[in-house]
Amino acid sequence: MIEFLQYSFIQKAFIAGAFISIACSTLGIFLVLRKMSLIGDGLSHVGFGAIAIGLFFGIYPLIAAIPLVMLGSIVILKISEKAKVYGDAAIGIISAVGISTGVILSSLSSGFNVDLFSYLFGNILSISSTEVILSILLSIIVLLMIYFFYWDLFSATFDEEYAKTTGIKTNSINILLTLLTALTVVLTVKMAGIMLVSALLILPAVTALQLTNGFKKAMFIGGVVSLISVVTGITISFFINLPTGATIVLVNVMLFMLSLINSKR
Amino acid sequence: MTTMIETKDISVFYGHSQALKEISFIIESGDFVGLAGPNGAGKTTLIKAVLNLLPLSTGEIKLFGIQQKKFDDWGKIGYLPQKISTINPLFPATVDEVVMLGLLSQKKWPKRTIKQDQTVINEVLDQLGIIDLKKRMLSELSGGQQQKVLLARTLVSNPSILIFDEPSTALDPESRETFYALMQRLNKKDGITIILITHDTASIGSYANKLLYIDKSIIYFGMFSDFCKSEDMNTYFGKFVQHLICHQHS
Repeated sequence: MIEFLQYSFIQKAFIAGAFISIACSTLGIFLVLRKMSLIGDGLSHVGFGAIAIGLFFGIYPLIAAIPLVMLGSIVILKISEKAKVYGDAAIGIISAVGISTGVILSSLSSGFNVDLFSYLFGNILSISSTEVILSILLSIIVLLMIYFFYWDLFSATFDEEYAKTTGIKTNSINILLTLLTALTVVLTVKMAGIMLVSALLILPAVTALQLTNGFKKAMFIGGVVSLISVVTGITISFFINLPTGATIVLVNVMLFMLSLINSKR
Repeated sequence: MTTMIETKDISVFYGHSQALKEISFIIESGDFVGLAGPNGAGKTTLIKAVLNLLPLSTGEIKLFGIQQKKFDDWGKIGYLPQKISTINPLFPATVDEVVMLGLLSQKKWPKRTIKQDQTVINEVLDQLGIIDLKKRMLSELSGGQQQKVLLARTLVSNPSILIFDEPSTALDPESRETFYALMQRLNKKDGITIILITHDTASIGSYANKLLYIDKSIIYFGMFSDFCKSEDMNTYFGKFVQHLICHQHS
């Protein structure tokens, strides 16, 4: 059974999956506690439009998606800051722009529909070596930024107003958090697909929150849960021939259900 | 006497509605100022403006003689906000992690914890009698205990000015007395300047030396002793209320 590890596509999936999953769960803790869980969902829809733009103009889709999704994340932030629009409504607006752009571009071009729709559900087993390197690099950037801004992010998440009174530039921290989310969303599209990206941001975090007391412990346990889900999900999907992204998400859901039984609250 | 906070003609608007009108005052080192006024008078707005949490429409603020916009030594000002109800019950922070947030104003990027931080945190928790709660989750504690933890967060950076926004509302009468006694000790013994927003106008005179009474604009700012004798205040409040605000003042 262990022989399946010899396949290079499985090795690539494990390596990229491990990095992406830890970036997702670490960031996810902040997003869930800030009640921004669905920003991942909105940004993945922006990703749909961005990937369509990439395919339409012949640019490598994930490379096209990175700047466009980052731009989408800033627009969400600015709309909710400047206009009289709540954050969730801003996410809804930008999400719709992403989907609409994708649908219109796919109708204009008859050639890339199959490619575009493959991104809806992702497939980490088809990840290329370049994408593995990109995943590792971007995940490390996300984790390093969280490491260096750990206390600023913690304070702004716990009580934004108080954080300001200690000199923390909370506007900059909010921009950082949404940009990191945008990066992570693009990374995760390959693994879980546009439809399921937000599950990988939300589920490990909410599972960890059931089990821990202490913020650092929650981040650690979230990482472990996420890693277990990815490794188990990829393995199960390989052996019983199931879609990988969806299997990873359902393993995450099962771990969340188990955590409810063991909940400390 | 050093000038700690100086405001000059500050006004704040929320949309078209004016929350503060041309407020000017000077708070000096060692002052214990009771900030009072009716509901919606702008007490919290005034404090938020001083702390740079709200933009000014007009006027200017100096902190320790420095223009507020250029001021960066925020560790010198400790702030205890009004609502502990804003604490997210899902947030998995332990007491020592929350108190650590009070030390962030003294740290340069990238902010890291050092051993000495734990010593300082232990000292302040010990001082407030909650050292045994150090590793407990904040969300598991009672309202009074949470208030003490937030007070520890405020005190841990050893500030020169403390600003409290109606801190006693979540406390039982006994804890309230202890809290007032602690404030008085911090003011008298350690020389910390205190601004206390309060509805408790009947007892603030026992602790504070100055009264700042506002209702969008300043109604009175000065020594409590002068307030008691002021003819203007007699006219504004009537004898009964003036006496109520004064009567516990020695």
